[in-house]
Amino acid sequence: MSSRQSAGVSRRAVLHMGSLLALVSALPGRLWASVARPQSAFEATAVEGVFADLGVTPQRSDAIIFSVPDIAENGAVVPVKIEVDDEMLPGVSKVYVIVEKNPNPLAAVFAIPEGTQPYVETRVKVAQTCELFAVAEAEGQLYMASKETKVTLGGCGG
Amino acid sequence: MASRIRIRAQLKGDACEVKALMRHPMETGLRKDQLGEAIPARFITAVTVTHNDKIVLDAFWGAAVSANPFLGMRFKGGSVGDVVKVSWLDNQGDTGEGETQIR
Repeated sequence: MSSRQSAGVSRRAVLHMGSLLALVSALPGRLWASVARPQSAFEATAVEGVFADLGVTPQRSDAIIFSVPDIAENGAVVPVKIEVDDEMLPGVSKVYVIVEKNPNPLAAVFAIPEGTQPYVETRVKVAQTCELFAVAEAEGQLYMASKETKVTLGGCGG
Repeated sequence: MASRIRIRAQLKGDACEVKALMRHPMETGLRKDQLGEAIPARFITAVTVTHNDKIVLDAFWGAAVSANPFLGMRFKGGSVGDVVKVSWLDNQGDTGEGETQIR
């Protein structure tokens, strides 16, 4: 009796899992992201606002290797590269790219799951000569590096 | 309308380096056309990179990422022939995706 009952329960659990799987696979397209977009941080209009949204002003760290050109000839396409030294700063789970004087300073957020190296490269628009920040989140703490880029041609087109 | 993405995935030591180039205008919504009318915002808001269907990077972007965005990243593991996919979603609901094999 008891063995039949436990078999019944586990079969129900298995069926339940199966229906969940069917539901997930039936969803159209792909499921976007295992983490949420920090929408309010993207809407902030000043660096302080972005930091306020993240909860704290990050502390500076030499573990973040932030490469941006000293002079950007074209502010519409400024290459940025962020690499975090895993030995000095292990467990990085997010990387933020912030451009101080853009209308919305937060440009990009990268969620880094385990197994992915804390390394990202992209290209951003920089409206005018200003400071760029690379922020890394590791075990709930925020760290940053910053660098100024001189822009000779603005990034907002027109 | 899904648009293609150019991707390259290459083993470098014990990591795989992925480079992707997407075709997208990345309009901020702040520019005006010749008639002085605002050009509506149109930019990629999310990018996902997967390795054999496992997510290796989730990116969230604002309009400040350059037009025809470039993304470079590295993940550990991966061997020649594995499938790497990149897909994006923009604020107007358009999507793009592309895939390649590690070499």
